[in-house]
Amino acid sequence: MATGTEEHAAEGGLAIHPMDQFIVKPLFGDGPVHWYTPTNVTLWMGIAVVVLLGIFVLATRHRGIIPSRLQSVAELFYGFIYNMVEDVTGHEGAKFFPYIMTLFMFIFLANMLGLLPMSFTVTSHIAVTAVLALMVFLTVTLVGFYRKGLGFLSMFWVSSAPLVLRPVLAVIEVISYFVRPLSHSIRLGGNLMAGHAVIKVFAGFAGAMGIASVVPIIAIAGIYGLELLVAAVQAYVFTILTCVYLRDAVGEAHH
Amino acid sequence: MEGELALLGKYIGAGLATIGLGGAGIGVGHIAGNFLAGALRNPSAAPSQMANLFVGIAFAEALGIFSFLVALLLMFAV
Repeated sequence: MATGTEEHAAEGGLAIHPMDQFIVKPLFGDGPVHWYTPTNVTLWMGIAVVVLLGIFVLATRHRGIIPSRLQSVAELFYGFIYNMVEDVTGHEGAKFFPYIMTLFMFIFLANMLGLLPMSFTVTSHIAVTAVLALMVFLTVTLVGFYRKGLGFLSMFWVSSAPLVLRPVLAVIEVISYFVRPLSHSIRLGGNLMAGHAVIKVFAGFAGAMGIASVVPIIAIAGIYGLELLVAAVQAYVFTILTCVYLRDAVGEAHH
Repeated sequence: MEGELALLGKYIGAGLATIGLGGAGIGVGHIAGNFLAGALRNPSAAPSQMANLFVGIAFAEALGIFSFLVALLLMFAV
């Protein structure tokens, strides 16, 4: 995708091309990007992890009965995610709380840091979100087979449907099971990419309109607020879908 | 000439693919509207159904995002 946008920028049009912000660049020099090259993706993933560690390590170093400001932030996140995991996956699923908490905090911080001016949104790349979604898919499949054995396959056989319909439903269920990682990753990546591209399109208008650029600047402020909401909601949606998928693997049969 | 025609088809196709997002808009609006209607009838039950609301919206939205993906593929990958 990166090469396509570079060609596109050369063709002219808007002064600020909306897709340029997603180009992966090496941090040092202009060489080709190999799998081990430190790029801006690596940098901003690292910053997200450092901020995450900062919040949780600093906040819990001097624990008090009366929480400090940072400690209450950490407790708020902890309580919120723990309640979500327990509500959706039940008591058994609470074992997976550390994994889901890590997923949520990483995606949330990557989304939020991506909203800073001049920063890079790691989660707008489908390569990044696809890895996250594939890990969830593998976890759910392996845990399902480990805990239920071949009985895990019974989730494809909808026993509440009429017998004639069941083979048809089984085919649909199998397809929808394997589409899960695709939709799971594209939802996060697509939402973030679209949102950031919209901001840049409006920024391009502001650059071209002279004195009337007040209008797009006000619009950017509004969209920015919306993007803050989207960043939080998409992190929430990604983790709650992880919980819903995990419920299939650990919970009692629902069909 | 043939390359230009392919480019034309690519852009028209990408534009047409975004129409699918309208369907996602209808779906998300339907879910949110029905949630609000239910929540106003029984406000005390509303907070417990927030998770279902977001899961429903996410599923409805995913199908629209697929058409956005097709548009992106046509623009940058084909």
